Amino acid sequence: MSESAPAPAAATGTERHPLRAVVLAGGLTFEREVSLSSGTQVWEELVRAGVDAEIRDADAGLLPGLAASPADALFIALHGATGEDGALRAVLDLAGVPYVGSPAAACRLAWDKPAAKSVVRSAGVTTPDWVALPHSTFRELGAGAVLDLLVARLGLPLMVKPASGGSALGVQKVSRVEDLPAAMVSCFAYGDTVMVERFVEGVELALSVVDLGNGPEALPAVEIAPESGVFDYTSRYTPGLTEYHTPARVSAEIAARAAALAVRVHEVLGLADLSRTDAIVGPDGDVHFLEVNVSPGLTETSMFPMAIEAAGYELGEVLAQLLTRRAE
Amino acid sequence: MWDSRPTLLKVPSTPPGPPAGPGQPGTHLTHGAHPHVVPRHPRLDPLADRYAARTHGMKTSEIRALFSVVSRPEVVSLAGGMPAVTALPLDAVGSMIGELVSGMGAQTLQYGSGQGDPRLRERICDVMALEGISDASPSEVVVTVGSQQGLDLVTRVFVDPGDVILAEGPSYVGALGVFQAAEARVRHVAMDDHGLIPEALEEALIDCRAAGDRVKFLYTVPNFHNPAGVTLSEPRREALIALAEKYDLLIIEDNPYGLLGFEGEPMRALRARNSQRVIYLGSFSKTFSPGLRVGWVLAPLAVREKLVLATEAQVLCPPSLTQYAVARYLDTQPWREQIKLFTELYRERRDATLESLAALMPAGAAWTKPEGGFYVWLKLPHGLDAKLMQPRAVNAHVAYVPGIGFFADGNGQEYMRLSYCYPEPDQIREGVRRLARVIEAELDLHSTFDRVDTGTFRAITPSTDSGTIVGPANSDTYEDGR
Repeated sequence: MSESAPAPAAATGTERHPLRAVVLAGGLTFEREVSLSSGTQVWEELVRAGVDAEIRDADAGLLPGLAASPADALFIALHGATGEDGALRAVLDLAGVPYVGSPAAACRLAWDKPAAKSVVRSAGVTTPDWVALPHSTFRELGAGAVLDLLVARLGLPLMVKPASGGSALGVQKVSRVEDLPAAMVSCFAYGDTVMVERFVEGVELALSVVDLGNGPEALPAVEIAPESGVFDYTSRYTPGLTEYHTPARVSAEIAARAAALAVRVHEVLGLADLSRTDAIVGPDGDVHFLEVNVSPGLTETSMFPMAIEAAGYELGEVLAQLLTRRAE
Repeated sequence: MWDSRPTLLKVPSTPPGPPAGPGQPGTHLTHGAHPHVVPRHPRLDPLADRYAARTHGMKTSEIRALFSVVSRPEVVSLAGGMPAVTALPLDAVGSMIGELVSGMGAQTLQYGSGQGDPRLRERICDVMALEGISDASPSEVVVTVGSQQGLDLVTRVFVDPGDVILAEGPSYVGALGVFQAAEARVRHVAMDDHGLIPEALEEALIDCRAAGDRVKFLYTVPNFHNPAGVTLSEPRREALIALAEKYDLLIIEDNPYGLLGFEGEPMRALRARNSQRVIYLGSFSKTFSPGLRVGWVLAPLAVREKLVLATEAQVLCPPSLTQYAVARYLDTQPWREQIKLFTELYRERRDATLESLAALMPAGAAWTKPEGGFYVWLKLPHGLDAKLMQPRAVNAHVAYVPGIGFFADGNGQEYMRLSYCYPEPDQIREGVRRLARVIEAELDLHSTFDRVDTGTFRAITPSTDSGTIVGPANSDTYEDGR
């Protein structure tokens, strides 16, 4: 992998052993493929930065493996449940294994999109109106009556999203009322709660935050312009189908407000080390919070690495520094 | 990209945070403009506007993402079509291949003939004789890198962009990929429990002729069809050949599973009935090993000539070592007994599949009953969509292939392919149990949403006060719902 990149001086020829890190990737979720891709990228960057890193899956071999061969710290490149919902982190806390990223309880909150929206709205952050309902509500009250109300109050188009999960899987924009029942059916295949959200037209921004010890710092916003108009799974992971502009083509004033919003979200949800907030700049210039990722994608087409690069950082060094801080 | 980035710069323009210990990673974190950074292309791919038009369909898909969990042991995969290679006498095969290198390395590690090793081509003719092809000459055989390359060669040799190819509906997904790359138009021909329906084929031929479309060939998998699991009946084989004569039709007979029947003798191949209108594709992937990638094309001499030129342009020659391995295997190992062993294994798994389906599937589901090969083709209760249901199946740790992939025209939503070749019977039973629960949950969901009449919805009166709609008020509602 690193045939053309000899280990930099930072990690060699010193009296201390190189940092030993385990990168967790894979998992048993819809986002396994994305996670493997993120994990591979993280591993390559860490090795380049002189870290003694290995990749492991979050499976039955993980805890015995960590017990037999302890790591200084873990980097969790898992996406989807387990990695992002706080469950795995709670177990790592029990095992006394340090890891980079947000603590378990904060992850639980951020993972639940409607809950996170409630918290950030209470903190004064703008976010589009939403309603989150389980299948049973539609079954018991009648799907027609409930959908009628949703459309009447939230308007069209509507965003229909699984209440948790990433990579835009299951997310749909519904512009015609007759498409709504089918959108609900396909969204409920991802989980038992669906969030219906008012659609805000505007410029999509990915707002990365990193905390290298001086408090959370907003990195330059990445603007997302998918060719198809919808930043769905295919647009995300097929290079060439989406334009990314870093820094975003917005005014300095909007950029500053977006940065402040991302830091505020990071803080009110109790997140740590790194996060990526997805937001949209409406026609009025307001920045609307959509969701936050405690385990931002780190693939070759992901926005967090673009923001790192735009800030003048090196991804591998940032990750190594986050690991070093947790290992101490 | 690897080399285009600078290595560590040591002069941060702003403090990068608390200093780490000397020599620790992170000490030299850079912050500030890099003098040598190659700007990232906004599309991430500077070649984005250069690709050939035929690659535009090559996109990452959600289906592929959902498939990535299949490799985890917790998931019962009824999705893959992997032969049970561990049932081979691996020690014997291993020492055989070792001897091919140590004793015959000068030949087995060298380039070979584009058409393929003559000794192997002779043995291929012996194999085809089992299905009634008694007039094949080794000179008409071209060895290929799996029959997949054979199909690609045949398509390259015959098909221009826009030409029509007839294929069963559903059809082998790997063939559809080849046809798409050739920019052919695929027209599907209906099939039932007895295989391709000759009347439907004739109708398609008449339609195409009336529309002025050039049908270059019919692509068919007559035995234990992938994905449908059905086999073309004897009378229909005769009818197909008669139609080929009547309409000047070329048939590509793709037959990887023909020797894997569970009862009776192999059926007589289409090629055995007509040597001029049928090009035959064969493979050792299911009878020996898919990893060796050895298949073949049997074609009339004029066609063979073009195939050899085409394969030389593509791969120069098929791999020598694996050709020698197959030839040596056929010469020295009890390969017919091995095929019998494979089929007994697959029959047991087929039985487990059909018994579980009969016991567990909800009303409205229907499926084929294969008499050989690897696959069952299952139709979901009305209104269900196998692709949309896939996330639920991933959550339930069972995998299948949605039917839509086996059609070039977007059909097949209500279908799925189940493979029984790889999992053990107990795993199959557990997989079908999980699948049944997934289908029942999906039916429940549809019963909630299917009868919604959106035509009766009131006018939209969206609230403009953004503070008024927040829900649910009690977050326990969705906590419990999960």
